[in-house]
Amino acid sequence: MHLIRRQRLQWVILMLVTSSMAVGLVVYALGQNTNYFYTPSQIAQGVAPIGVRVRAGGMVVVGSLERAADSLDVEFDVSDGAVHLRVHYSGILPDLFDEGQAAIVAGVVDANSVLQATEVLAKHDENYMPPEVADTMSAAYREANGLGGDY
Amino acid sequence: MGWEVIISPEFGHVALIIALCLAVIQSSIPLLGSYVGIQRWMELAKSLAIGHFVFVAVAFVCLVTAFLQDDFSLRYVVHNSNQLLPIRYKFSAVWSAHEGSLLLWALVLAGWTAAVAIYSRSLPLVFTSRVLSILGMIAVGFGLFLLLTSNPFERTLPFPPVNGSDLNPLLQDIGLILHPPMLYMGYVGLSVPFAFAIAALLEGQFDSAWARWCRPWVNVAWVFLTIGITLGSWWAYYELGWGGWWFWDPVENASFMPWLVATALVHSIAATEKRGVFRSWTLLLAIFAFSLSLLGTFLVRSGVLTSVHAFASDPERGLFILVFLSLVIGSSLLLFAFRGPAIHAKSTYSGAAREIMILINNLILVTAMAMILIGTLYPLVADALQLGKISVGPPYFNFFFVPLSFALLVCLGVAASSRWQHTASAAVIQHARWPAAFSVSLGMLLPIPLAVWFDSPGYSMAAALTIIAVLWVVAMSLQDLRVKMNTAPLARLSASYWGMLLAHSGIALCALGVGLSSVYDSQRDMRMEPGDSVLVAGYTFEFKTVSEIQETNYRATRALVSVTQQGRPVAELSPEKRYYQSGGQVMTEASIDGGLLRDLYVALGEPLSGDSWGMRVQVKPFVRCIWLGGLLIGIGGLVAVADKRYRRRRKTLDTAVNSLTEPKLEQSR
Repeated sequence: MHLIRRQRLQWVILMLVTSSMAVGLVVYALGQNTNYFYTPSQIAQGVAPIGVRVRAGGMVVVGSLERAADSLDVEFDVSDGAVHLRVHYSGILPDLFDEGQAAIVAGVVDANSVLQATEVLAKHDENYMPPEVADTMSAAYREANGLGGDY
Repeated sequence: MGWEVIISPEFGHVALIIALCLAVIQSSIPLLGSYVGIQRWMELAKSLAIGHFVFVAVAFVCLVTAFLQDDFSLRYVVHNSNQLLPIRYKFSAVWSAHEGSLLLWALVLAGWTAAVAIYSRSLPLVFTSRVLSILGMIAVGFGLFLLLTSNPFERTLPFPPVNGSDLNPLLQDIGLILHPPMLYMGYVGLSVPFAFAIAALLEGQFDSAWARWCRPWVNVAWVFLTIGITLGSWWAYYELGWGGWWFWDPVENASFMPWLVATALVHSIAATEKRGVFRSWTLLLAIFAFSLSLLGTFLVRSGVLTSVHAFASDPERGLFILVFLSLVIGSSLLLFAFRGPAIHAKSTYSGAAREIMILINNLILVTAMAMILIGTLYPLVADALQLGKISVGPPYFNFFFVPLSFALLVCLGVAASSRWQHTASAAVIQHARWPAAFSVSLGMLLPIPLAVWFDSPGYSMAAALTIIAVLWVVAMSLQDLRVKMNTAPLARLSASYWGMLLAHSGIALCALGVGLSSVYDSQRDMRMEPGDSVLVAGYTFEFKTVSEIQETNYRATRALVSVTQQGRPVAELSPEKRYYQSGGQVMTEASIDGGLLRDLYVALGEPLSGDSWGMRVQVKPFVRCIWLGGLLIGIGGLVAVADKRYRRRRKTLDTAVNSLTEPKLEQSR
């Protein structure tokens, strides 16, 4: 075979092998590592899987924050305007976390419908609300007011 | 009445409009001239480019002045500044939010374009005028974007507020003064090779001489991008307060993807320059690198992502960038589809030739980029298709990136001893024996003392692999240097070669930092009262006192933590919790005792009941190597650009142009 042809063939084979391997791996890895977002209402209805890492979000309910006396354990409620979701977390909360503010939590829902969070994210400045939370609020409000949801 | 009137926001606004008009002419007339063959039209390009730069610079100076003078009649100043803000932050606040950072972007673009206009004398006029026209088109896009959707000169008249709402405290920091301009220099610098690639496609020609002209531009843009990302990571580490240095956050990915492609481009254009191979691939990479920069802008500025960087966002702006993005990518790929095949390679290579190694390098880097792109865009696509709200976590990215990086390092070691055109595989194996033995044996041994030193449970295979890969790269590079010294004295080696060695050591150092700091990192979050102490990785951290302090624009609670190792004092740390008066924001200011081998990192959490505080204590071995490595990569890139050959060639090209011959150069070396 001509040398240039052979080089071109090397290219094509390399590309094919790597890209097909890559596609397989991507499908596998995405399947393993995506976290779905659920609203407190969906978790209350049992839509969210139990024992699988999920994300949830809403407003932190005023007056719901409770700290343990001797550890970093903390519990609070997040609400989408219709349902309160209890969240348990052990660790340091972000600076901008506060009651009455938006937050996103990630973790596992246990059998008592308490979200055992391993990560808590708060909004980053006073004008910003995470898009998930904004959507959550409006959808839940619509449902609570009998206007019907879009899911 | 004096200079305040001249440098008024109105003047800045008008300057911006004039700059846009100049850009419109720059994007059309010279290009048209290059097709109909009117020399005067083509010659216009250079003066227009410089004029455009002057007017954008005037607009920028006007905005800076508005910030320095607390001109709260400007909405943008009101939202991002405050009378109490220290003067250096008033200056950096100019690019702290959307409008100003876009103006900075436009300024940087105008600067690069003017630089191209000045340093392109060695190129044929037809070609230069097309390059400048294409840069002009990008400037039109961004100019329209600025004026239509994000005008920084918008007023709050007739009732301007007395004071501004302050700059986000996270942004009141030296890292944020430097990080965006550096990053933008890199992002926008990639527009030069992009414009160059489009012009080459229009011409249907891309030879070694042109690749040689383009190469320093690619390198410089890539150096800025490298430094910008390094600074961003360093800033996140000490300023976000929690000791992470990379989060696989969409916005970080947005800057990392162009870097990966630009790195591939730096290598592939070297092969094109030296050996005339990979020509169309190089052009394609140039298109991708800039397209990814634009995509980054879209991701950051459109607000489609939940991200720590989403400080302000607006869907209308997102739509504008999305349309602009599809126009740029669509038209350039279409052009490539029609013209790309006309540009092929004429050389051959075999064995473990450097061409092959560069090919592998490019495949790995582009694959890594594609994986990151999928992980970043998948949540957006899923949301648009109503598949649910998804986020892709760091494990996805690590799953791909860690093995790919390892493969890259192994190949990098082999590449160090490869030669252009033909390298016998047997010769490489001959070379590799000692470095392989050295790196594997030392790499297997070192984790044993490291585990003892950093109080880590058991032997870490990940650490062993990291050290093996890193030592392998260093040993192979030194081996090659030794071989080169046998044939030529050190002083005869080119700046390009030293630059390559430095950049490759930078990669190795960075990998060492990433690998070892991930393995041996120790972190404890706990509840502490003054008097409590905790033992982390052999260091005793004692929480001594808390005190209240007052600064110009914030008050803070400061803790005093003293660190000892086996009774011997090591450091006094004073982490703070700051309360900013104007915006009412709270911020954690971590305290770090840095060192090459380990960082001690203490951050103050929230006040809990009584005197106790949440506290995060970390010992992070080798973490500093990550940024030192990044810096070294950047220095390597700059050293390579300083190579004599770029200047010498320019002189030769000048004489060629003067004698009115088409510049055709023989391949050297």
